[in-house]
Amino acid sequence: MIAELGHFALILALVLALVQGSLPLAGAHRQEQGRDGGGWIALAGPAALGQFVFVILAFAALTALFVQADFSVMVVAANANSKLPLIYKISAVWGHHEGSMLLWVTILALFGLCVALFGSNLPATFRARVLGVQGLISAGFLFFILLTSNPFARLFPAPADGSDLNPLLQDPGLAFHPPFLYVGYVGFSMAFSFAIAALMEGRVDAAWARWVRPWTLAAWCALTMGIAMGSWWAYYELGWGGFWFWDPVENASLIPWLVGTALLHSAIVVEKRDALKSWTVLLAILAFSFSIIGTFLVRSGVLTSVHAFATDPARGVFILVLLVAVIGGSLVLYALRAPKLTGGGLFSPVSREGTLLLNNLLMTAAAGTVLLGTLYPLFLDAVGGPKVSVGPPFFNATFLPLMAPTVVVMALGPFLSWKRGDLAGAFSRLYVALGLALLVALAAWYFHRGGPVLALVALGAAAWLFFSTLAELADRLRLFRAPWRESLERIRSLPRAAYGMTLAHAGLALVIAGATGASLWREEHIQSSLPGDAVEVGGYEVTMEGVRQVEGPNYTADQGQFTVRREGREVMVLEPEKRVYPVAAMPTTEAAIHTTGRGDLYVVLGDAAEDDSGAWVTRLFFTPLVVWMWIGSLVMVAGGLLSLSDRRLRVGAPRRRKKATV
Amino acid sequence: MNLKFLLPAAIFAAIAVAFAVGLTLDSQRLPSALIDKPAPRFDLPPIAAVDGTGDNGEPYGGGFSSDDLEGRVSLVNVFASWCVPCRVEHPQLMSLADDHGVTIFGINQKDKAKDARDWLGRHGDPYRAIGADVTGRTSIDWGVYGVPETFVVDAKGRIRYRHVGPIMERDLTGTILPLIAELGS
Repeated sequence: MIAELGHFALILALVLALVQGSLPLAGAHRQEQGRDGGGWIALAGPAALGQFVFVILAFAALTALFVQADFSVMVVAANANSKLPLIYKISAVWGHHEGSMLLWVTILALFGLCVALFGSNLPATFRARVLGVQGLISAGFLFFILLTSNPFARLFPAPADGSDLNPLLQDPGLAFHPPFLYVGYVGFSMAFSFAIAALMEGRVDAAWARWVRPWTLAAWCALTMGIAMGSWWAYYELGWGGFWFWDPVENASLIPWLVGTALLHSAIVVEKRDALKSWTVLLAILAFSFSIIGTFLVRSGVLTSVHAFATDPARGVFILVLLVAVIGGSLVLYALRAPKLTGGGLFSPVSREGTLLLNNLLMTAAAGTVLLGTLYPLFLDAVGGPKVSVGPPFFNATFLPLMAPTVVVMALGPFLSWKRGDLAGAFSRLYVALGLALLVALAAWYFHRGGPVLALVALGAAAWLFFSTLAELADRLRLFRAPWRESLERIRSLPRAAYGMTLAHAGLALVIAGATGASLWREEHIQSSLPGDAVEVGGYEVTMEGVRQVEGPNYTADQGQFTVRREGREVMVLEPEKRVYPVAAMPTTEAAIHTTGRGDLYVVLGDAAEDDSGAWVTRLFFTPLVVWMWIGSLVMVAGGLLSLSDRRLRVGAPRRRKKATV
Repeated sequence: MNLKFLLPAAIFAAIAVAFAVGLTLDSQRLPSALIDKPAPRFDLPPIAAVDGTGDNGEPYGGGFSSDDLEGRVSLVNVFASWCVPCRVEHPQLMSLADDHGVTIFGINQKDKAKDARDWLGRHGDPYRAIGADVTGRTSIDWGVYGVPETFVVDAKGRIRYRHVGPIMERDLTGTILPLIAELGS
């Protein structure tokens, strides 16, 4: 009964999405031609509200089915089990194709609702067009769900119990990774809708940039958080001590992040300087386009031959049609309308706009190389070549060289003024940062003699970015150069967006430092250990004491005991596990990690020796600085959120300007 | 019109064409190194009488070895009671055995004996014989990387076709039955 109600709610949501995607657009067109379209325009808000209500009903219905463990519903039977803990029954709602698509549409409807509720300061025709584009996207996805991926399909006869959620997904890190990622992906749909609406109206101005920026920033924060969570999960759950593997799923989220970051910065130029308009509109279209390509690449089976249900040819064709309609359609509209978007502000290459544009190009080039590396196997396959996979060497050789100049320019840009900057002046204010960066590189060389040179360069670059970001803040506050009273006053009056930038840039510096330590200085010991055997790793002495059997709610595990000593004193006991989930018939490793600011001690229990000698394969890692990657990511998100809370960026803020111009 | 503004659309068109070609390359038809080669040698025991869970019964399925494959066209199906897609393809297997008289052998992968017996009791048993691959070792020899997978083996014991994922109605009528008819004639 609940399943059928959910199904009907989805159908009603589709009907409302079709209304939202047609009449308001037509109404806005009529209005433009001088005829009356007001009645149709007024439909946009109520339709978005109604669509949200029905989509959330459907989502609630699916959640209820999972919580009740109703195994007569196919997706519940395939992804839950009566013994599954409640929290994972809830996260199982989006732990599979059908449910994740429903989550996608739910978030989309939520964003649509936000425009309807908080967009009263937008011009009526513009708002109608934004909501209309949102309605069209929503309709496309609802069609996709209802025709090819119905989450409410029944299974007859119903099995007595379900086959459990994939054990890898039974983890707090991964349970909430998809919602964050999807808020990011779907959040870019706002920038997209604003861009399409602006192309229809043929006008992009500072007010437009001010409307787009908060939505993009919110999406960017969520996406950053989602990627960091996914990377963190891969780090502690997969048991290899790595944090990024350049696989298509990860790349699919990195590409929109790079483009979205570029968009965030180029929108500033549109707002402040009335330049880079058509470029910014293009980025807005691309950020969302890559988001849906990312969503679908993982799902459609175009790229990876994932087993069983994920690969359904009907689904793939539908996805392709949807991609061509959304992305192809918007790029054609761009080709037709963008030449009319002429910008005003001219600027010299050495200026803040110049550095923002340069970093924009570097970011998009980086996104392009990641895209190329991800799709290359597909291209080769399409022309009948051999099946290949593109691995980390390609990405390290192409992505990292693009990131190096990005970091240098990033530190420099904020010191240059708009329109025409003074490079020598900027450098003269950065010699302290440069000195500190060299010092950090030297210190790293002293402590890690014989380590790779790349690590010293990368750590120096991170320090350069970190200290010049702080120097920029000090410069703005006139710390140490003006009376302390004036600096105090400046601390209070400095807009939150400025602090946001400082935090975000400093956070990235921490991420770079962490990634450098974790990938280039990692110590790794793999051995067969008998109880009592000790291994020296990262300044610790780790003794394996033994292995015992433990029992979880829906799994059994071998649990190892490892005593960790540092300079003879016992620090702690680490207990890594090797779990077997009997229902899903799948083993997982649970690494035990001792985290410090200096680095992580990471212990994994492998297989028992086959000869009954009592020996176990153990893997011990010391991953220097890795914790700074997660801290840095959180600092970046905090910077984004702080900037979002700035008055100037608040969604209601452009009202003042509108009154002034009308 | 200014050509540089058309560039993004042109690049996307190229990507879309690659996607379209990628879709026609049926990802389910994975190349198998074993196609047209003899099936691997193996000798699997029946589903055990005792499996350590305390619920004991009779040995079931009779065991299955590579020698059984000689002399007739047959289907080898890798299944398990814990595998949901197996439930989906099961009616098709029943129909193959009952309505079309096709010989089907089962490899029961990484299953508990009692679960497997209960499962076959509940949904019906289409198999001529079943071997229990408790460790998954034989499945690896067949190049199986997930459940369910199905192979068509000719009368000389050579693998002729590999199907990944559940067998649906359209797979039966579209590929598997015609292939069996062709190999049998």
